[in-house]
Amino acid sequence: MKWARTTAIVFLLAVSAACLLANVIAPSSYAHQFREEPNASPSRQHLLGTDDLGRDRFSRLLYGTRVSLLLAPAAGLLTSLLAAFVGGIAGFAGGWVERCVMAGTDLFLSLPWLFLLITVRALLPLNVSPIVSVLITFAMLGCLGWAGAARIICADAGALAQSDFILLARASGSAGFRLLWRHLLPNLKPVLYAQFWISVPVFILTEANLGILGLGVAEPLPSWGSLLRELEGFSTASAQPWQLVPLILFILVVSSFHLVLTKEELPV
Amino acid sequence: MKKLLASSILLIALSSTGLLAQSSGELHFCLRSEPKTLNPLLAADDASETIRYLTGGVLVRVNRLTQDLEPELASSWKVTNSGKTITFQVRDGLRFSDGTPFSADDVAFTMQQLMDPALHSPTGDAFRSSEGKVATEVLPKNRVRITFPAPIAGLDRLFDQVAIMSAKSPQKEMAVLGPYYVGENKAGSYLILKRNPNYWEKDPAGRPLPYIESVRLDIQQNRDIEMLRLTRGEIHFINSLDPEYFDKVVAQDPSMARDAGASLDSEEMWFNQVAASPLPSYKKVWFTSTNFRRAVSEAINREDLARIVFRGHARPAIGPVSPANKFWFNAKLQAHPFDQKSALQRLSQDGFHLQDNVLRDHDGHAVEFSVITNAGNKYRERMAAMIQQDLSGIGIKLNVVTLDFPSLIERITRTFDYEACLLGLVNDELDPNAQMTVWLSSADSHQWNPSQKTPATSWEAEIDKLMRAQASTLDPKKRKEDFDKVQEIAWQQEPFIYLINKNALSAVSPAVHNAHPVVLRPQVYWNIDQLSLTSEVARNR
Repeated sequence: MKWARTTAIVFLLAVSAACLLANVIAPSSYAHQFREEPNASPSRQHLLGTDDLGRDRFSRLLYGTRVSLLLAPAAGLLTSLLAAFVGGIAGFAGGWVERCVMAGTDLFLSLPWLFLLITVRALLPLNVSPIVSVLITFAMLGCLGWAGAARIICADAGALAQSDFILLARASGSAGFRLLWRHLLPNLKPVLYAQFWISVPVFILTEANLGILGLGVAEPLPSWGSLLRELEGFSTASAQPWQLVPLILFILVVSSFHLVLTKEELPV
Repeated sequence: MKKLLASSILLIALSSTGLLAQSSGELHFCLRSEPKTLNPLLAADDASETIRYLTGGVLVRVNRLTQDLEPELASSWKVTNSGKTITFQVRDGLRFSDGTPFSADDVAFTMQQLMDPALHSPTGDAFRSSEGKVATEVLPKNRVRITFPAPIAGLDRLFDQVAIMSAKSPQKEMAVLGPYYVGENKAGSYLILKRNPNYWEKDPAGRPLPYIESVRLDIQQNRDIEMLRLTRGEIHFINSLDPEYFDKVVAQDPSMARDAGASLDSEEMWFNQVAASPLPSYKKVWFTSTNFRRAVSEAINREDLARIVFRGHARPAIGPVSPANKFWFNAKLQAHPFDQKSALQRLSQDGFHLQDNVLRDHDGHAVEFSVITNAGNKYRERMAAMIQQDLSGIGIKLNVVTLDFPSLIERITRTFDYEACLLGLVNDELDPNAQMTVWLSSADSHQWNPSQKTPATSWEAEIDKLMRAQASTLDPKKRKEDFDKVQEIAWQQEPFIYLINKNALSAVSPAVHNAHPVVLRPQVYWNIDQLSLTSEVARNR
């Protein structure tokens, strides 16, 4: 399966490069409305046609991919760091610290995510630009997604804390933060990688769900969520198959992330 | 044999003229939700109102086509005592669906139930103009007199919503005087309405109405499935369609698509003018400026909104009243033009100026504000995106914020922590009295600045005066004059920037005869008692 992982990595790099160069590649601004050509079919000028407001769908796909593909890993990184911090300390300390932290984590896990996101979003200031709005959305996703990963990391850290090499490290005088930083954390890396790669597609999906509910990225900035929203009616999509391109790209990217994950899951 | 042959020929002839179709067949359509109640006095949701319309007998009915008031269970009526009293002459010899005789006593009983504070009837709210008891008196010769504590303008038209209940029937509210009665109710799945054998009305040829034997109402929330069922011939019509679905119907079978023109519903935007709102003072100055509001209005291309967002199935709005409201619309008013030069001129009168394509006020603040709308409504989100681009043409930066509905309502009614709002108004009432709660400055629904102790501006004081004046007279001409002036002030001041009036769109199967969809609700089945099905469909059902 090495070729599949390689292909996935190459594909992700190609997509990332394309969306990073969106300013150069995109034929027009993602926000410009060609009002005489709403819902246009693909043409030389508009490779994937135009949307309901006459905006070039190809340009929106490039910029939308940039938004989702850059910010989802950033949110994934934030989640993984928070999970490492909370789960690592709880697992390493053990005893009542672990019990208290895990009780808090369970409480956090029991919160209904979607409602929490909607509530937090409703409390945010209104006059923020679309860029800030999307940053806030992904930051919220990152801050809310750590609990599940923290539980796994806590269990792993707990097991490592009882292992022989930690006992040897303790015997040789290593303790406290040094023990955590030099001996425990490096051994948690594989599980942290795995959590990171799992969280990226989850956040992409969550943003897409929020977009479908109309609570995703603010107009006129595109994201995969807002692009996928065009597919709400199956009959529309079947009549205009080029509208399926964002969905196909989305599936390919999420699948690629999972193929990359397989490598990282292997024991070091 | 000859007799049999003659009978057969007659049968075929009758069948081909559609006469056999009458008084037969089952009409199918969908409700978007389950009716919350079958008690006509408690109906507040769309589904319950549908059942009330199909089953309830009313004293007078607003003809949805002509918009005139017509006699139904009452053969005549008279409003007296400056609009406090109404006297109905009730038709003789009518019976409820279960055979119980109908009389003026039933009208008195219904009014008593309707005004009972313990019942909390939403229909009764329209009659509660002031404190005090409603007196109902049954008079000789099947007449009934109802006296209200204060005058109610447009009193007679309010009875269009009051389904008369039986005082004596053991079936209580299930005994009805309308064309159908509820025969079967499978909760969450379907309702079957059966033809009322005692329905009083007959067609010009003397045949009993309604023609259709039963109506099946399937509860179906999913619009895609509803569309699929229509195209498969499983249902006969869809009463209210979005432009997107309407265009699909046009593409599949143009003969089914019915566009009745501009409806009473409008989409509008307004600025927060609440003095106590937590907005910066310079923004309050912008939003309370007539020139600012009119400039924003002129910078919005309403034609494009109607053409692109609503696919041509909407009209640029003119003012508070849609042209679909034949009597009350002020025909002197014209739609606000799309003119960004004029918008900039208006803004310059208030000290605004363009600097590097950014509009700034006289203190140098860049003009930027947010508009909130409810999440999930793609038409409003698209309108907001188009307005965003339009306003950028005069240097205004607009931030579009979609919120879940409860959060939005919280902001516009309690915290007033918003700058502008884009919402729609669903309007069922023709009479301006239904809009009293919007136009009176002291009212809760005076959205741009609600619950004022005294009017904040001279033009709001003038609107208050005119609205009260039109409500206190029975002379339709005087009322119209006053309400025309209200519309003119609203047009000049633009506290609401009216954007578009949506068209009333529906889809009707060719199997349904005599369907003439109109702009008023219920668009397709307003003449349910006169609808019929083709004989083939009737036999299959």
